[in-house]
Amino acid sequence: MAAESYPDDLRYHPEHDWARIEDGEATFGITWFAQDALGELVHFEPPEEGATLTKDEAYAEVESVKAVSSVIAPLSGEVLKVNRAIVDAPETVNDDPYGDGWLVRARLTDPGQADALMDVEAYKQHLAEQE
Amino acid sequence: MQTLLRTPLYERHVALGARLVPFAGWEMPVQYEGVIPEHRAVRTDSGAFDVSHMGELLVEGPGAREFLQSVLSNDLDRIGPGRAQYTLLTNEQGGIVDDLIVYELRPSRFLLIVNASNRERDREWLRDREPPEVEVRDASDAYALIAVQGPHALERLGLPDAPAFTFAEGEVDGVACTVNRTGYTGEQGVELLVDGDAAGELWDRVLARGVVPCGLGARDTLRLEVCYPLHGNDIGPETDAISAGLGWVCALDKDFTGAEELQRIKEAGPQRKLAAFVMEDAGIPRQGMAILEGGEVTSGSHSPMLERGIGMGYVPAELAAPGAELTIDVRGRRRRARVVKKPIYSREET
Repeated sequence: MAAESYPDDLRYHPEHDWARIEDGEATFGITWFAQDALGELVHFEPPEEGATLTKDEAYAEVESVKAVSSVIAPLSGEVLKVNRAIVDAPETVNDDPYGDGWLVRARLTDPGQADALMDVEAYKQHLAEQE
Repeated sequence: MQTLLRTPLYERHVALGARLVPFAGWEMPVQYEGVIPEHRAVRTDSGAFDVSHMGELLVEGPGAREFLQSVLSNDLDRIGPGRAQYTLLTNEQGGIVDDLIVYELRPSRFLLIVNASNRERDREWLRDREPPEVEVRDASDAYALIAVQGPHALERLGLPDAPAFTFAEGEVDGVACTVNRTGYTGEQGVELLVDGDAAGELWDRVLARGVVPCGLGARDTLRLEVCYPLHGNDIGPETDAISAGLGWVCALDKDFTGAEELQRIKEAGPQRKLAAFVMEDAGIPRQGMAILEGGEVTSGSHSPMLERGIGMGYVPAELAAPGAELTIDVRGRRRRARVVKKPIYSREET
C-alpha cells in the first residue's frame, strides 16, 4: 500500500475524490484517505464509456472485502475512457491512487465547476476535521 | 450510547495498529495489516485471533449429561471426557437458538463455548429449563480465548498433534492453557482457553513464535470459504437445522427440543436449502441481497483464495444442487452465480 500523500496539482472533492484537470478534460480517482478507509480493493464497478457524470453524484463503486463505497463525480462531464486495468486489478488503487490507480477520464461539460473544489491545503484541512 | 466491552488483549490490539469495530457489544479488531494478507497467512501458515468475546457457560451437576442431551441436537453419548462436539441449541420448531461447541470436562461437568451475541439468551434458555440438580454458570468473564489456525499452527506453537475435537491441559512457553483442537477456519489449529489474567502473556508468546495476528474480517472470509454457518446470518431461531444443512449434528433418534419437527422436515424434504455459490459475473454478493430465483443472500463476500465473489443463501430446494444457476441482485444489477458443492474452498481442489 502506498504511503499517505496528497499531490498539490490536483483538485479535491469533500467525498475524497480527486480531479486532474487539463484543457477541458479531467482524470478522476479516489484519494489516499478513501482507499485507506476501505482497505484493499477487490472490485471496481465502472461506468460505461459515454456515460454522463453529474458533479456530486455517484458514477462507480469500489469494494473491499468488508465494505462497498460509491465513487462521487467531482465534476460534471462525459466518460471518455475507463481504466480497465482497475477492473482486472483493483488493488492498483491502493498501490498508486494518483497514478496507475486513476478510475476514469472525462470531458468536462462545465469546467467552471472546478472553482468549487478544494486545493490540497483546503483538503488537508478537511481531513483534519474528519479525525 | 452503549459502552463497548473490551477483551484482556485490547491494549495489544491498539499497539499492533488494529482497526477496531463494534461487534456483538465488544470492541474487536477487524483487521491489523489487512483482511487479505491475514486470510492468506491462515491458509498457508498460521494466524492468531482474539475470540475472547465468545461466551463460556458451565453446566454441571449429577443430571448435567441428561439435561444437555434434552436441549442439544447432537448425541453427547458419542463423546466422553476430553472430547468436544459441534452441536445446536434448538427450539420447538427445530430452529437454531445458537450453534456451539460442547466440551466434556468430566462426566457431570460440561463447558459450552457459545456465540458472543447469544451468550445471555443461551444462559437464560438453559436456566429456564435446568432441573434442580443441574447448575448453569456464566464463566465468560474469567476466560480469554485465542484461536491459532493454519497448516503450521501446531508446529509454530510447539504443540503435539491431536485428533480434531479433543482437548487437554497444556502450555505455550510456560503459559498454561486448555488446548482445544477446534476452530472456525477450515484449517488445522487450536483454540487456547486461558485465564483472563494470563491472556496477554499467552498472546505475546504466540506472536513471538511467528504467528500472524488476524482480525474478525479474515475470520469471516475464512469461515465463509469453508461454508461454516454464522449464527445471525445463515442460521437463527427462524431457520431449521435440516434446511440449513446441519442434519448431521441432529441425532434424531434421541429426544431433544424440536426433534419431532426436524424429523418431520427431514421426511417431507426441506422446501428450501442453504446453498453455497460462486459468482460467475463480476460483483460481490452481500448479506440481504435478493436471489432472483427466490431467496436471499445470508452471507456474501470476496474470496481471497478464489479471488471472486462467494456466498450462501436459502434457495428453493430444487435450485440448491451444485451446478444450478442463480441471479443475484447486486444493487440493481443482475449478476450470475453458480451453486457449488460445500465447502466452496478446499486445498485439495486448487
